[in-house]
Amino acid sequence: MNAVITVLGKDNVGILAAVSGECAKVGVNIVEVTQSVLQGMFAMIMFVDISSSTIPFSELVDMLTEKGEEKGVKIHVMHEDIFNAMHKV
Amino acid sequence: MINSHDILETINMIDNENLDVRTITMGISLLDCIDEDIDKACAKVYDKICRYAKDLVKTGESISKDYGIPIIHKRIAVTPIAMLAAACPTKSPVKFAETLDRAAAEVGVNFVGGYSALVHKGFAPGDYALIESIPQALASTERVCSSVNIGTTKAGINMDAVAKMGRVILKSAELTADRECIGAAKLVVFCNAPEDNPFMAGAFHGPGEPDCVINVGVSGPGVVRAAVAKAQGCNITEIADIIKKTAFKITRAGMLVAGEASKRLSVPFGIVDLSLAPTPAIGDSVAHILEEMGLEECGGYGTTACLALLNDAVKKGGVMASSHVGGLSGAFIPVTEDAGMIDAARSKTLTLTKLEAMTAVCSVGLDMIAIPGDTPADVISGIIADEAAIGMVNSKTTAVRLIPAIGKKAGEELNFGGLLGGGPIMDVNMKSPSKFISRGGRIPAPMQSLKN
Repeated sequence: MNAVITVLGKDNVGILAAVSGECAKVGVNIVEVTQSVLQGMFAMIMFVDISSSTIPFSELVDMLTEKGEEKGVKIHVMHEDIFNAMHKV
Repeated sequence: MINSHDILETINMIDNENLDVRTITMGISLLDCIDEDIDKACAKVYDKICRYAKDLVKTGESISKDYGIPIIHKRIAVTPIAMLAAACPTKSPVKFAETLDRAAAEVGVNFVGGYSALVHKGFAPGDYALIESIPQALASTERVCSSVNIGTTKAGINMDAVAKMGRVILKSAELTADRECIGAAKLVVFCNAPEDNPFMAGAFHGPGEPDCVINVGVSGPGVVRAAVAKAQGCNITEIADIIKKTAFKITRAGMLVAGEASKRLSVPFGIVDLSLAPTPAIGDSVAHILEEMGLEECGGYGTTACLALLNDAVKKGGVMASSHVGGLSGAFIPVTEDAGMIDAARSKTLTLTKLEAMTAVCSVGLDMIAIPGDTPADVISGIIADEAAIGMVNSKTTAVRLIPAIGKKAGEELNFGGLLGGGPIMDVNMKSPSKFISRGGRIPAPMQSLKN
């Protein structure tokens, strides 16, 4: 099962490391990362495979949301189906 | 692979444009709870609702978390209670309302709909007693919603019921005068009521529905408004296309949630209701979409045309996104629940007469409108009759949810708080239709050909 992690906010040191560190801790495998920094605003989209995750999906959502608050950025973790449903016919 | 633009668009819709799934409504048939002993019937009703809906709220919350999309309400709709009340004619049906209220509290839903009667062709056993008991039932419960269907395109309009509902609405407001007349806000009078509507206060589980079903109501006026706002310089054909595409995306989110809820609860999926349901929150207004299309203020000339386009485009976009569509499906125009409508009503640009015209092209009717507390019951019945006639002739659902503000006059305000919002009491034409209303009888069903 794949999920999409998005990180939006003011750029600061160690955002990518923080998110990927959390993922590694719970067995979430990063499949692809795209990121851009536009005028100091950081936008990262991370595709992850959560089939070997050691924690339930809802806990992963809480964990990363908290991490985002700590780093001053907004993190969303969503199942990929929502994007497929809304944007593909 | 999913395109990053699409991902960021979805997130922006949720974070900034109030995209949400408005409600997952579980429809539950209570036909197998009928018993001539009202206490036994109530015990069966309570048990069945608690058994079927025990995981509804929890499941809704977990779907919301998995997909990152807010699901605002989890609700229940039941078989019209008049059908159960028919078996125990000597007892007051209010006991059923109290049972529904307790069951709703137990499973954690904020509203349960179905304290209802279908009387478009006449009163069957149970109907009369239920309608008489509505004011008391709504005053003594918190979560119960009531609706009465008084007309259809195929049956005509039951004018005896219309006369009665004017008095029932007034009485419902009077009994809750100390609570901003909230009783009347939980009561809808319908023409052509849909049997699978997931939205309150008019939800009930029609007699043609299966034992249990999941219906989902989507929303998203804010998303549509933002999409129209970006379309500077587009002509109206292009605006209609933009609305269709946006409605498609919103509905697909609803369809995903509906399918998932159906799977996790092991309950068949019924329909997705493709509605734009506003809330009083800034940026979640249907009136603001109309204004974004180019009106100075909602209620001015051009409003009906813009609303007709919006209502139609929402349906066209949504219909392809869902395998089954039903309920009310279209744009709602509840005055006290829509920030833009509230402002337009305060400035008197939006009047009751303009709203009546708008209801000919929107998906419901005169919804959440506060009227002066001294409005006579016959005038309310006259408003119901006019609104039902629009629905009957145009083969569409129309509804009336008026709140007589007891002790208050036009220009003052009612404030319900929460999603029901609040707003100004609107002017009502007080010329009396008493003689017409007191005649009783039925308005015959209209011609379905020779349409002009």
